[in-house]
Amino acid sequence: MRLIAENLGGERGGETVFSGIGFALEKGEALIVTGPNGTGKSTLLRVVAGLLPVAQGHVRVEGGGEAFPTVAAAAHYLGHLNAMKPALSVEENLGFWRAFQGEPGLGVEEALETVGLGGLGHLPFGYLSTGQRRRASIAKLLVSRQPVWLLDEPTAGLDKASEERFAGLMRGHLQGGGIVVAATHLPLGIEGARELQMKTVGL
Amino acid sequence: MWSLFMRDIRLSIRAGGGALIGVIFFLAVIVTIPFGVGPDLNLLSRIGPAILWIAALLACLLGLDRLFQADREDGSLDLLVLNNDRHMLALTVLTKCLAHWTGSVLPLVIAAPLLGLFMNMEPLGIGATALTLLVGTPAITFIGAAGAAVAVALPRGGLLISVLVLPLTIPVLIFGVSASYGAVADPAPFLQPFLILAALTLFLAVVGPIAAALALRHGTD
Repeated sequence: MRLIAENLGGERGGETVFSGIGFALEKGEALIVTGPNGTGKSTLLRVVAGLLPVAQGHVRVEGGGEAFPTVAAAAHYLGHLNAMKPALSVEENLGFWRAFQGEPGLGVEEALETVGLGGLGHLPFGYLSTGQRRRASIAKLLVSRQPVWLLDEPTAGLDKASEERFAGLMRGHLQGGGIVVAATHLPLGIEGARELQMKTVGL
Repeated sequence: MWSLFMRDIRLSIRAGGGALIGVIFFLAVIVTIPFGVGPDLNLLSRIGPAILWIAALLACLLGLDRLFQADREDGSLDLLVLNNDRHMLALTVLTKCLAHWTGSVLPLVIAAPLLGLFMNMEPLGIGATALTLLVGTPAITFIGAAGAAVAVALPRGGLLISVLVLPLTIPVLIFGVSASYGAVADPAPFLQPFLILAALTLFLAVVGPIAAALALRHGTD
């Protein structure tokens, strides 16, 4: 499977945020998107995921087969928001996404153990701290199997140990033939990752 | 899809879900009417079906603004839209509508016979009104979903949704009330308006979710 973007451009409210971006990621490759605030890192991820319309160029997956015809179908999107309901317990939240997204991966309990939240599954999601919420949200990547991970500031709010654990999860995903595209300010600890630097135009 | 249905039902009965708000509003309106109209029993029983229908319509509109907004605020909506290839977005919307109807509107239908007594309606009239509400209120939810999807990005879209949706629900109201009257008033027919009401619900069950899915797809930012 390959994730390919060619001459990609994105806009917000009619203003071009970035243009002319191209990359091709093979199985097991990671792309780190860096750059100052406002250069369009989040917009790039949303355009790649298909949540925003492509202003120019195109983005596609190759070799996804029947199961993953489009980037949207092949991707986990972890945005700034955690996509979990505060009123439901962590287990109920994860159980829902596991059933809804298909391609079931780890069990809910197992995924929570992996992110270091074992035994907290019965708590309402709203009771967790910021870092724990982020970890529960990362567990969402594990409960259903998708080859492409699109991560927007994935380590925001995580402590040092959790960051390292998450780096391990990403390495595991890459070794299993996955693809990671992450927008971040902090080093994520993936060796051999390619880097895409977004720059402000006209400065 | 079943998991989405169950999640939304759970959310509607948990704290802050608002399943009971509609019922309480419905109750408040119906209980107030006899005080306003006066203790004229004949008048009350004559306007009873219409009042029940109008109150149910307004109570239905009350909770609609949270249908997609809650999912948008916590980011779930992005993932629901992204899963378009696995679960067609229109079907996701339909499931959410059915869960919303079961959680927030079905209690109204169940409470309607009791409130019919307040309006001095006869048993046949109460039964007919409850039946027309059961068949007709899903149509309001389906058409309301389209309005809710258009207004999803607006922070106080509740009133806008009501204004957008209200004109479109008028046919449902007309046929619902005329079928309820048809059951008790002799020359007026029951079956014809009732069948048109059922047809409206089926028609809107297709059109509403498709329109809402289109609005959601183009509304993401």
